[in-house]
Amino acid sequence: MRPGAEDLVTEAPRGISRRVRPALRTYARLLLAGFRRGSRYRLAAFGGLVANATFGLLKVAVLFAVVEAAGGEVSGYDLGAMSAYIWISQGLLGSVNLMGRSDIAERIRTGDVTTDFLRPLDVQAAAVVEDVGKSLFALIPRGIPTVTIGLLLVGMDGPDGPFGLLLGAVSLLLGISVSCCTVYLVAVAGFWMVETRGLQILYMVVSGFLAGLFVPISLFPGWLYGVAVATPFPSMLQFPVDVLSGRADHGTSVLLIGVQAAWLAAVAALGQGLTRAGRRKLEVQGG
Amino acid sequence: MVDLAPYRAVLASRIRAQRSHRASFRLDLGSSVLVGFVELAEIAVLFLTVDRLGGLDLAAIVLVFGIADMSFSLADMVFGHCDNLPTYLKAGTLDVFYLRPQPLLAQLVTSDISLRRLARAAVGLAALVAGLVVNDVAWSLANAVLLVLAVVSGVVTFSAMFVWAGGMQFFLVDGYEATNAFVYGGRYAATQPASVWGRPLVVVFGFFFPMAFTAYLPTLTLLGLPGSDWLPGWLGWFAPVAAVWAWVLALASWRTGVRHYQGGGG
Amino acid sequence: MSTATQTVIETRGLGRDFRVREGMRRRTVVALDALDMRVEAGEAVGYIGANGAGKSTTIKMLCGILVPTRGEVLTCGHRPVPDRRRLAREIGVVFGQRSQLWWDLPTAESFRILAAVHGLDAAREKHRTGELVERLELDEFLTVPVRQLSLGQRMRAEVAAALLHSPRLLILDEPTIGLDVLSKQRLREFLVAERREHGTTLLLTTHDMGDVERLCDRVLLVDRGALVYSGTLAGLSRTVGAERVMVLDLAEPLPPLQVAGTTHRGSEGGTGGLGLRQRLAFDPAATTAAKVLAAVTEQLGAGNEVLDLAIEEPDVEDVVRRVYAARR
Repeated sequence: MRPGAEDLVTEAPRGISRRVRPALRTYARLLLAGFRRGSRYRLAAFGGLVANATFGLLKVAVLFAVVEAAGGEVSGYDLGAMSAYIWISQGLLGSVNLMGRSDIAERIRTGDVTTDFLRPLDVQAAAVVEDVGKSLFALIPRGIPTVTIGLLLVGMDGPDGPFGLLLGAVSLLLGISVSCCTVYLVAVAGFWMVETRGLQILYMVVSGFLAGLFVPISLFPGWLYGVAVATPFPSMLQFPVDVLSGRADHGTSVLLIGVQAAWLAAVAALGQGLTRAGRRKLEVQGG
Repeated sequence: MVDLAPYRAVLASRIRAQRSHRASFRLDLGSSVLVGFVELAEIAVLFLTVDRLGGLDLAAIVLVFGIADMSFSLADMVFGHCDNLPTYLKAGTLDVFYLRPQPLLAQLVTSDISLRRLARAAVGLAALVAGLVVNDVAWSLANAVLLVLAVVSGVVTFSAMFVWAGGMQFFLVDGYEATNAFVYGGRYAATQPASVWGRPLVVVFGFFFPMAFTAYLPTLTLLGLPGSDWLPGWLGWFAPVAAVWAWVLALASWRTGVRHYQGGGG
Repeated sequence: MSTATQTVIETRGLGRDFRVREGMRRRTVVALDALDMRVEAGEAVGYIGANGAGKSTTIKMLCGILVPTRGEVLTCGHRPVPDRRRLAREIGVVFGQRSQLWWDLPTAESFRILAAVHGLDAAREKHRTGELVERLELDEFLTVPVRQLSLGQRMRAEVAAALLHSPRLLILDEPTIGLDVLSKQRLREFLVAERREHGTTLLLTTHDMGDVERLCDRVLLVDRGALVYSGTLAGLSRTVGAERVMVLDLAEPLPPLQVAGTTHRGSEGGTGGLGLRQRLAFDPAATTAAKVLAAVTEQLGAGNEVLDLAIEEPDVEDVVRRVYAARR
């Protein structure tokens, strides 16, 4: 056990409420820090927006052709719903991490993470919260403008009333959190693997496809759809898109949000367990 | 006569370096194959719901995908690291190229080679062969020439796209993702039936960045399909013209970019 | 060889502006105003000035990386931008922070590639590589990938890489920055020998007064984008009174030492005005470190001795600051 860590932990005030509130404030600050870090890359965000809009227009062409060829509706998607799917999913690309890369992965690889364990903060929560902050920021320069471009150039379905919008916001936040927590899992594998690049590439290849980035997962053949919903990936993109676009009615939306929350709990718990095991491994081997 | 020894020396060392990291190299090969299949699946899934899309059936689109993906992967293998230019610019590594007696672009292109793209090109080749088998191709000398011309022009056109993007990156630096819209967006466009595009897309990806000429139009010509008003089937023969145009664009962009860099924009 | 090519660097009214964006507005910053400089073949010239005085900008224009905004520049008789490729065969450059080596390859392989890049034939490559490896003592790490080299090793390898094609002009941008004393010493000795043997012209920028003293015949000082001094270092030191400081660690604390030809610059580590560590400033043109030390030793009582000593050299920044102060 590192002496420093023990000191810091015992210094924290006892009693649940006195302990939770300062911690919450710390995480809120980390969230804000992530948000601000995102704001430093304005030119990058612009580049991303151009890419999103271009891919969006190409997808409109081909997916609209599919809807029209299928007689105006395919797997419950008409033109309005398909447009919403395309533009919202493109808009979320800057926020939902489908690349599998993260700062914490680099810190674990270099061993810098040992200093993170000395801070009186939960390493997993701190890393995830900061990433969520960065992802939320990306909605401003990439998410909202992309959807606006789609709305102006093509038009699309929208959320089903104010309550639908609220459900959409909740689903979006859950989606971002699930993606940050899952990418965190890729990162903590670094406690046991010398090189996590392979895992990261696998994540990158599989996540986009199963999350419904390329085509809506309801267009998948039955068996592939089954594979997709057995993973957390649709919770990152497809479900938030369905809720936000109003394709899912309120009842279905609540159900989807429930599924997202369950996945969030699962990947977060797994991440917490792996973080503890990783920390024990570091302590045994002396970092 | 151009002395090729400097370029050969760099490339040989890059190839040795990649082959010496066997585990990593194998992983890269494997993931490249996987990415290729996922991208093919992405298109194939659409044909589960409809029989024809933009005048092409599944067999024809597999051929389009095969030509486009193989050409792109080969171009990516040789020119893909032009994408690293923003990193070179920020680290100042590009300045070192100025100290060597070869042209800058030639040095940049030969500074690396991504052998793993061969795996990706193999997926494209497999799709291409499958496409030739399942389609009713009326084999003739003309069609064989057309196919070879299409693949070669495709590689040349996609290579030009990487160089074009490189030139733009002198201005964009952090905003390099904007060029992805046209390089990787272009690759995506090249695998589509271009007849589904609206007028603006036809202008951008049909002619300005001649993506339709890399695979879609040659496939139409090869299969004797009619095409659309703006992109008629016989245009497939003009793939080499499109490749030349793409390089005009690329070199103009590169020259402007280098001027900007030397002018102190960097 | 014509007399024109005997001048290795010649600039006339050389200047460079940069446009910078501040929020919405664009502003023009003058990095170099109007520089007139001449460096003859075989000279060794220190090019010094504060950060932002225009040194890097000048070097980039000398190599053809930057286009001048105004004025003329000839490097080795070539116009750097249009004749960049021909010029590249005649100059070697080491940028402190930018490696010309391949970080994941062994040093030896980087040399082989560079030999091909510069079109050296096999005999010349073998001879020149052998010579540089021996002189710079590179053989101990020739097979180690560059990324694993220490800073001192890497810098030696960089210098060898820049000299592989036997350039007429060697430009070094901060070659000793971050190096330990021994590495600095080795590098300087090598450069002196290399110049003696091959007559290579040297232009170097540095913050280290020792580099200038041991390597350069002449100093060029730039301030606000223009040349303000050209001449010997001794002359420059005379104008600004550059001094060295001898730091002495004594066994027993003493009151401030009074030594002829030196100025006391403070004591530490003692009480009541006594000091264990004392600093004496002296002018190297007027006296030597040995004389100062001898005078100090004479003053020490029995049982006291100098345990350790160091000479602090004024850094170039310091000299520059004083010149600038005198000009304003």
